[in-house]
Amino acid sequence: MNRADILVDIKNLTKLFPVGQGVFGKTSLFVHAVKDFNLTIQRGESVGLVGESGCGKTTTGKLLTRLLDPTSGSIEFYTGGEATDIATLKGRDLKEFRHRAQMIFQDPYESLNPRIKIYGAVAEGLIVQSVTSRKDRQDRVKELLEVVGLAPAETFMSRYPHELSGGQRQRVAIARALAVEPAFVVADEPTSMLDVSIRAGMMRLMLDLSEQMGVTYLYITHDLAVARYMCDRIAVMYGGRIVEIGQTEELLRNPRHPYTKALISAVPVPNPRVKREAADIKGRVTKPINPPPRCVFYERCPIANKICEENDHPPLENKGDGQHAACYLV
Amino acid sequence: MSTSKNVLEVKDLTMHYETSEGPVHAVDGMTFSLARGESLGLVGESGCGKSSVAISLLKLLPDNARILRGEIRLNSIDLVPLDEAGIRQYRWRNIAMIFQAAMNSLNPVHNVESQIVEAIRQHMPELSGEEIRKRVDDLFEMVGLEPQFKKQYPHEYSGGMRQRAVIAMALSCDPDVIIADEPTTALDVIVQDALLKEMRAIQEKLNMAMIYISHDISVIAEVSDRVGVMYAGRLVEVASTDAIFHEPLHPYTIALMSAFPSIEGDKTELSSLPGEPPDLLNPPSGCRFHPRCPFATERCKREVPEFKEHAPDHFAACWYPGGSS
Repeated sequence: MNRADILVDIKNLTKLFPVGQGVFGKTSLFVHAVKDFNLTIQRGESVGLVGESGCGKTTTGKLLTRLLDPTSGSIEFYTGGEATDIATLKGRDLKEFRHRAQMIFQDPYESLNPRIKIYGAVAEGLIVQSVTSRKDRQDRVKELLEVVGLAPAETFMSRYPHELSGGQRQRVAIARALAVEPAFVVADEPTSMLDVSIRAGMMRLMLDLSEQMGVTYLYITHDLAVARYMCDRIAVMYGGRIVEIGQTEELLRNPRHPYTKALISAVPVPNPRVKREAADIKGRVTKPINPPPRCVFYERCPIANKICEENDHPPLENKGDGQHAACYLV
Repeated sequence: MSTSKNVLEVKDLTMHYETSEGPVHAVDGMTFSLARGESLGLVGESGCGKSSVAISLLKLLPDNARILRGEIRLNSIDLVPLDEAGIRQYRWRNIAMIFQAAMNSLNPVHNVESQIVEAIRQHMPELSGEEIRKRVDDLFEMVGLEPQFKKQYPHEYSGGMRQRAVIAMALSCDPDVIIADEPTTALDVIVQDALLKEMRAIQEKLNMAMIYISHDISVIAEVSDRVGVMYAGRLVEVASTDAIFHEPLHPYTIALMSAFPSIEGDKTELSSLPGEPPDLLNPPSGCRFHPRCPFATERCKREVPEFKEHAPDHFAACWYPGGSS
């Protein structure tokens, strides 16, 4: 990987959430939401973060946009060859950073203030960016709304969020995120609440925008089929860690980690002629509260043995063709 | 279509919600049948009326909903004219429902076993206490719940387990027809996969008819013998699952099929439909799909296409099936 092409370099990122509160406000129990997370994202790339609910994918997204503070680890953000660790940014610097990284959320019904008209929702980002002339702002909002397919823009600017459909609202949320011209966008299940006939258009739009505006995505989804369409690479998360990462098609065709295999075989296929094999997996997802140091997937793994029980969680290792998996046995 | 092998026959079912802004035309002229032991998938986008069909079939209607016309024949008995006392004899015993939000179907203050016992006692008063206990044990086994969870409360269950408990409850009185409304939508993919396989196995084993409602065509492909596609309150196409997926006739079905991403096969371009699903307060004239249809003509704007058989057991409501002119 050419270092000049790196946008974000994440090292050992960890987020622990305390569970409950003791009488004296101290607790020794922590949910290990994100643990020793390592990932390098290249400029213009779209990386999918895939996993079941509770695996830590949304927490990761919020850490990378600093909507949450990391417990430890670094998030190096590159601008013109210069790296800044944004994990510990505060005050003015953090505000600056927010111009460069944006997050789009799953629920278009909750991500817009119901009392602010569409114009205001999108223009807010421009004010932050010190686009001071009213005329300039108006032109830019119009342009942004048209880019996301809300045309003619004039008919949308003076409306309130409740007057728009779910798909239209999600388009406004995208326009709003793009208003600050971010280099990096974390999209957290942006299409999962939209209807199928609308969803494909939204996916297309996000891909086009990444090409036109050079936006780099971290695309969070539980849906591998959606990730296949949106992402150059896919990272599979389990128990707060990446257990496998690789090029999208390669990972789907030839998964190495037993969890990835189970996940892929559980995905229903829109073709009744295809007969799938049953997913080989035991038990269910549990909250990683002070988990033992061994492999996070140990309890559910169909192939786990003594090695997995007695050693620490395995490191992500190259298993061929640049595909990395965290498993001693594959 | 009207043969004794059908456990359910629905004719011209039409249901409106009365709102302050006028009637919402949620279900309009639905006609379909369900054979004993058959699984029918009902697919459509949000607001297309698929859940309204479900609650109409059980007559679990909110106060502002009215069935305006049509028949719902369950084992030849028309449920539409029945009052609440009349329908109660059949609800649960002959036709039962699994809802999407499992937590709302379970009572939080009673343990799961006692809720199932209560459901059986109410609807099958002829059974003895011993027979009921035996039945509950069988149900737990059938839906894959360990016996040690019987005395636990719903909040102690995971999402998947709750949904299993709700399925056990729906199966408790051995219904002829079970209606499942998005039962796995809130679940993770691995849990969903296990549940889909079990539901299908149970349905086949008990030779029970099932209507499986979902917005997800890949789930529908897994569980259905036949598929009905709904758009804007109307059934636009019904055919065998294979025909729906491989030889769809209605332009909406065709669009739906090519808008859905898959992890299987070659990666193909996804197509998207222009516009948005219509507002059912004010549905479009003629064919309700015409404003979004690439093949629509003047005729489609004026005349409602007849729901008719274009190939053996393949029904569609379209003037230009398959986009033919």
